[in-house]
Amino acid sequence: MANVQEHIARLFPEATFEEGEVLLVNIPDAKWHTLAKTLKEDSELDFDYLVALVGMDWTETLGVMYYFSSTRLGHSISVKVATDNRENPMLHSISDLWNVANLYEREVYDYYGIIFINHPDMRRLFLRNDWVGYPLRKDYDASPETNPVRLDHEAVDDTTFTYVEQPDGKVVKEERTIFAPEDFVVNIGPQHPATHGVLRFRTSVDGETIKKIDLYLGYIHRGIEKLCEGLGYMQTLHFTDRLDYLSAQQNRHCLCLCIEKAMGIEVPRRAQVIRVMMDELMRISSHLLFMGTFCMDLGATTMLFYTLRERERILDIFEKTCGARMTFNYNCIGGIMEDIDKDFVADVKKLLEIMPKAIKEYDTIFTGNVIARNRMEGVGVISKEDVISYATTGPVGRASGWACDVRKTHPYGIYSELDFDEITLPEGDSMARYLVRVEEIKQSCRILEQLVDNIPEGDICAKVPKIIKLPEGHWFQQVEASRGAFGVYIESHGDQKPWRVKFNSPCMNLAGIVPHAAKGGKIADLITIGGTFDYVVPDIDR
Amino acid sequence: MPYAEFKDNEYIESLVNELRANGTNVVVGSLDKLINWGRSNSIWPLTFATSCCGIEFISLGAARFDMARFGWEVARASPRQADFMMVAGTIVHRMAPVVRRLYDQLAEPKYVIACGGCAISGGPFKNSYHVVKGVGEVIPVDVYVPGCPPRPEAMIYGIMQLSRKIKVERFFGGVNRQEKRSDFINAHPIEEALVKEGVEQEEGMAK
Repeated sequence: MANVQEHIARLFPEATFEEGEVLLVNIPDAKWHTLAKTLKEDSELDFDYLVALVGMDWTETLGVMYYFSSTRLGHSISVKVATDNRENPMLHSISDLWNVANLYEREVYDYYGIIFINHPDMRRLFLRNDWVGYPLRKDYDASPETNPVRLDHEAVDDTTFTYVEQPDGKVVKEERTIFAPEDFVVNIGPQHPATHGVLRFRTSVDGETIKKIDLYLGYIHRGIEKLCEGLGYMQTLHFTDRLDYLSAQQNRHCLCLCIEKAMGIEVPRRAQVIRVMMDELMRISSHLLFMGTFCMDLGATTMLFYTLRERERILDIFEKTCGARMTFNYNCIGGIMEDIDKDFVADVKKLLEIMPKAIKEYDTIFTGNVIARNRMEGVGVISKEDVISYATTGPVGRASGWACDVRKTHPYGIYSELDFDEITLPEGDSMARYLVRVEEIKQSCRILEQLVDNIPEGDICAKVPKIIKLPEGHWFQQVEASRGAFGVYIESHGDQKPWRVKFNSPCMNLAGIVPHAAKGGKIADLITIGGTFDYVVPDIDR
Repeated sequence: MPYAEFKDNEYIESLVNELRANGTNVVVGSLDKLINWGRSNSIWPLTFATSCCGIEFISLGAARFDMARFGWEVARASPRQADFMMVAGTIVHRMAPVVRRLYDQLAEPKYVIACGGCAISGGPFKNSYHVVKGVGEVIPVDVYVPGCPPRPEAMIYGIMQLSRKIKVERFFGGVNRQEKRSDFINAHPIEEALVKEGVEQEEGMAK
C-alpha cells in the first residue's frame, strides 16, 4: 500500500492521504478526473473495478466517496472528493472510465443534487422528474406537503441533459436526445410479468432488433438509506432482509459484519458457523427460485413446480429455526438471535441427500432440452472487460470468466477454512449464466456437508452493549450475496445513529448492464437476458 | 386479534342471512345467487407484485399451497382479463399512478386485496419520503391481509374472504358496500392539469 501512496503522491502533489481500513486519498475536484484516469490506466495501480460510489453530505460540504479495487493486483483504494458549493454543487464525472459510474452518479444526483460534469445523462434516477428537493441532504424538507402523492402520470422524456465543460472552465448545460422522433419505442414495464418486478425498459426497436434501451428505475424506491439515518444501529438491521429478500441472510450478515468490525466485536465460533450455513441455504433457495422463474419466462412452466418443491424444504428448515419463511431477522449484532432448532442438523442432511437427485432431474427436464439450449446459447454475450467495467459481480460476472467471488477474494467469517470451488465459465452467454448457478448449488451443498456435522458448541452471541454507539469513522464491508457482491458503507460521527448508511446492491449493476447486453439482439431475447441476470427490483431501488 | 376469530369464517354469511330474513325477490334473489356462485368460484388474479409478498404469491401457485384448488390459479398478466388485484408489496410515489391506472383497466366487477404491511399502511417504510402510506390512499381496498410478508395460508384466507364478500353482492339493485367505488374515485381525483394535457394529447392524436 505504501507503494501506491508514494506513486500517487509523486504524480499528484496536491493529494493528501489518510490511513484506515483502505488507503484514503483526498483530491480536489480540479485534479480528480486526471487522477481517476491514472488510477485506471497506470499499470502499477490498475484499478479497473469501481466497487462503490457513495454520495455524502457532511453539512458544510457535499461530496462523494469512491472505492476502487484491482482485479489483477488485488489491492484496494478509496478516494474522497468534495465541494463546498451547496447551491450548485458540481464534480467531474468518471462515467467515461467505468461504465458502472453512469447509474451510480445519477443516483448521487438524485439524492444530493450533485451535478456530474460531462456525464452523458443527468436525469433523476429513482424519483419523479417533478420531485422537489434532494432527499438525502441533511436539510431536506420531508413534509408531505412538498411532495404529495401524485396520481397523474409523469411526463416521459425523450431528451436529457449533459453539463459540458468549456476550455475556459465554464460549464454549459446542453440537451441530448434519447430517442429521436422517428424511433419506434416499445414500453416494457413497470407492470410486465417478465421484468420480475416493477422495472421499466423503454426500448427502441428496428423491426425485432433492439436499438437502444432506456432504463427507468424507482418504482419501488423506498428510501431505506435515509430511513437508516434516523434509526439506531439495531433498528437498521431489518431493512437488509427486505432489500434483496432472496439473499436476506447474506445481506443482514453483511451489515452485522460491518457494525461488528467498527465496534471490534469477536463473534463466537458457533454463531459464525451457523451464519455461513444459513447463507449457503439461502443461496441454494435463491438459485432454485431463479431456475423456476427463469424457465417459466422461457415457457417451461413445469420447472417452477419442481424447483419450488425443493425450495419449500429449505424454507421449512428456516422456519423451524427463524420462525419465518422470508424476512428472517436472524443475524444480530454479535451473533445470531436464537440457537438452531433441534431438527436442524437432521433436516439439512435430508436436504443434502435430496439435492443431487433433484439437480439431475432438472437437467433431464430443462438443461438438455433442445429448445432451451437454442434460446440460451450465444444469447446476450458479455465480455470479461464489460462485466468488470459494469461491475456486475456474482454468477453473471463469473459466467463471463471474472473470478469475483467475495468468499474467495476477501474471505469473511469462516469461508477461508472451507473447501469449495469458485465456478467460472468463459462463454459469457445466457447458458453459462444458467449453468454457473446450477454448479453453485452443488458447491453450496459441499460447504453444508463440511459444516453440518461440525457445528461447535458454545455461545451464539457475543456480549454487546444495550445501546450501540460506533466510534467516529467509516467502514466498508462486502459479502457474496446470491446475486453478487453486496456492500455496506457506514459512516459514523460517534452517535447512536449512523451518519450515512449506503447499501451497495449487486442488482443495480445487473440492471445497468441490460441495455448493453441486449443491444443488437432480438426483443424476445430481452426476456432471456433479463431472466438470466435475475435481478431483484427492490434491491435495485432500495 | 383473538385466535377464535380466525375460525369465525361465516360472519359475512350470517350477516347476509340476517339481511335476508324478511325474504328476497324470488327471481332477482335467485339470479343473484347464481351469478355470485359463478363469480366467487373463479376469481382470477392479476400478476402484480412489487416486492417480497410477490415471492410468497409464487409459492401460493406452486404445488404445496396450490391455489388451483380454489380456482385462482389463472394469474393474468393483463388487467383486462383479471378480476382482482393482489397488491403485493410497497407502493411508492412513482408507482402510485401506475397502480391507479391498472385498477382503472380492470374489468368490472373488480376487487383489491392489500397484501402485507406495506400495502396496508406503508409497513416498516412508513416514515420514508417516497412511500405511499397504504394502497388504500390510491385505490379502494376490499380485503386487508396483514403480515410481512403474509404466509401463503394467510393469503388463502384473504382470497377466501374476498370470495365470501362476492357471494353476498347484489347484482341487481345496488351493491352491498359501505363506500361506493365512485365515491372513492371522486375523493381521489387525478390532478386536473395533466388530465387536460392528456386530453390535448388525445386530440393531437386524433388530428
